[in-house]
Amino acid sequence: MIERVLLGDEALAQAAVDAGLSCAYGYPGTPSTEVMEYLIAASEANGFKAMWCTNEKTAYEEALGASLAGKRALITMKHVGLNASADAFVNSALLSINGGLVVCVADDPGMHSSQNEQDTRALAAFAKVPVFEPVSQQEVYDMTREAFEVSERFGVPVILRMVTRIAHSRASVRLSEKRPQNGLNKSSDKTGWMLLPATAKRNWARLLEKEKQFHSYSEESKYNTLKLTGSKIGVITGGLGGNYFRENTGDLPQELSRLHIGFYPIPAEKVRRLYESVDEILVIEEGYPVIEEQLRGLLGPGKPIHGKLDGTVVRTGELTPDNVRAALALPPRPCGSVNASDVIVPRPPALCKGCPHADTFAAVKAALAEQPQSLVTSDIGCYSLGALPPHSAIETIVCMGASVGMAKGAAEAGLYPVVATIGDSTFLHSGMTALIDCIQNNTDMTLIILDNSTVGMTGGQPTMIPSSRFEPLVRGLGVDPEHIRTIVPLPQQHDKNTAIIKEEIEHRGLSVILAVRECIETAKRRARKTK
Amino acid sequence: MICNMILCGVGGQGVLSLAAIIAKASLSAHLNVRQSEVHGMSQRGGEVSSHLRIGDEEIVGDLVPSGTADLIISMEPMESLRYLNYLKPNGIVITASEPVKNISNYPDVNAVYAKIAEIPGSICLEAESLAEAAGSRRASNMVLIGAASSFLPLETDGLQNAIRETFASKGESIVETNLKAFDAGRRFQNPN
Ligand SMILES: Cc1ncc(C[n+]2csc(CCOP(=O)(O)OP(=O)(O)O)c2C)c(N)n1
Ligand code: SF4
Repeated sequence: MIERVLLGDEALAQAAVDAGLSCAYGYPGTPSTEVMEYLIAASEANGFKAMWCTNEKTAYEEALGASLAGKRALITMKHVGLNASADAFVNSALLSINGGLVVCVADDPGMHSSQNEQDTRALAAFAKVPVFEPVSQQEVYDMTREAFEVSERFGVPVILRMVTRIAHSRASVRLSEKRPQNGLNKSSDKTGWMLLPATAKRNWARLLEKEKQFHSYSEESKYNTLKLTGSKIGVITGGLGGNYFRENTGDLPQELSRLHIGFYPIPAEKVRRLYESVDEILVIEEGYPVIEEQLRGLLGPGKPIHGKLDGTVVRTGELTPDNVRAALALPPRPCGSVNASDVIVPRPPALCKGCPHADTFAAVKAALAEQPQSLVTSDIGCYSLGALPPHSAIETIVCMGASVGMAKGAAEAGLYPVVATIGDSTFLHSGMTALIDCIQNNTDMTLIILDNSTVGMTGGQPTMIPSSRFEPLVRGLGVDPEHIRTIVPLPQQHDKNTAIIKEEIEHRGLSVILAVRECIETAKRRARKTK
Repeated sequence: MICNMILCGVGGQGVLSLAAIIAKASLSAHLNVRQSEVHGMSQRGGEVSSHLRIGDEEIVGDLVPSGTADLIISMEPMESLRYLNYLKPNGIVITASEPVKNISNYPDVNAVYAKIAEIPGSICLEAESLAEAAGSRRASNMVLIGAASSFLPLETDGLQNAIRETFASKGESIVETNLKAFDAGRRFQNPN
């Protein structure tokens, strides 16, 4: 038996390889990125395809094609990526999935590197898609393998919900026997892949039938474990809440009855059995109160249910052994007596020394210095750090691509001058479509594409197209060539760059400025590689 | 027995490789290991920490509960104080003394040293200088592992093997530098 030390993300990737993966598609995003990095590195030797895509929606659709062809496919993304691919995701639940389709979605409770802490289980319940939620790296491996089986058995996509603390934590994992890839086997279900109203009605009814089977599967699942001890309080744990509960059980006066849920939909029968044997219930789950809200629907008013909704468990941020301890009404553990709070200051992240974005922001600020009504919208990436001092150059950060559309709306509402700043990868992800709206209306705004040839924020993956293709791309979309400008963001070019930005702001129509200089971290990595 | 550690410093200092080497040595010693780290936003020059738990019992979670860390190993003095709530009452802090002042409001370094000195058994050493003497400032994380080695439930040669394995692909001279840095830390802590 092979045993290896793997990050949670790597365990997921290795499980997919061992499950006979043929095609993997993803868009980077912390804490999911390492899954695809591992797969790309392993793809050649193992004879499967693994690649980055332009965004999560294209990734999702490419995987659907592979499943239709009978092959096992994996999609990787961070939690907000599921929003970006929601159209494909929700509709895919109605299809007759052929080759196993597993969606790895990594949530980030506590927002270590994200703009929200949304819970994938809520979206999965909406789409009626089963979810596995692991509590250890070994479970990541075993559940991923099982997820492919479940997907093929029921003909549905299956989600593997990861969270930061499992994705980015290492432990040793026992691998099981490798399964060969599926042969090519195009789906023979003629209406299973077509959502015309007539066929969609049939497929929707079929999904509701399948849902009953998910429920029975859930009752039987070895990941949904019920232990009754006769205690008055019963605990339901979900995800890492289970670990943090166990971390504290040694200090409880008595072992509590507990149901742990690792497979969704929740096992209603097991919930009822727990409910009947106790006087009150405490729910400890990582993320939104998903189990808790469903319990209320399932059980109705009656015995008290404690959890996130009544404040027994923290409502925001991630669970920890400590806040779960407090929820169990145990006193905090003593720690050392030295209090150092008076000599500690926060150390926020910052743009690297010499980062091209810093020079672009300096020029934007200089160009806008005398403008009382300006707006600088921005987006998500390393350049989001332009919001913090010493730059304080940008005013909005919402979701991938929003800077372009928001600039358009603000300009059309009457603000002037309006400048949108967006990274190259973010532009391709979701900014490009909004630019077409701007072109069609010759909106009075200036779009600056921060072309650093890389997806910097997530560790320097290559941008989907080379730097040299951005100019022909925006020209081809229809931006007036006279108002497509290129600057090189370097300190010695500051005055020249400021002047160009000023000129384009003064042009009362749409301008696009390409700020082209490679990310210094990516440049360094490239230099090391070629050495 | 479970030994809980917080490993910390500033993004880019090598905190994660410090964690990886102790984890590797622990596995070779057939101990259970769980090591959690934070990637992403916080690495761009911000604070970085890793929770490392090793032991011969089952380890149920990836995070160290407050008040249970046996050791805080830090690459930077102010950072060594950020996680004191995790330290158990008789736990030990081992830190490099060289400050990283990439923020404008860095506190008075002497106040930081005084605070470290208040923690019974704390060790503050010039890890960067010792590493430089061993051949490279970048090996200061190995100096810290050396200084921590007598507190770890691991044999010295196990740690040395892990260092060797980790740097083997980078050539013999880099392996030697890192081993020398490890030794410098070990001798600082235990001159005999
Ligand atoms: C929908 C969605 N997918 C992925 C992410 C994660 N993410 C944040 S920024 C970013 C890419 C940034 O790349 P780029 O626009 O090139 O800017 P850079 O970081 O290089 O400055 C990614 C993948 C996200 N926040 N939202
Ligand atoms: S990684 Fe690259 S893009 Fe990101 S801050 Fe550093 S230099 Fe800038």
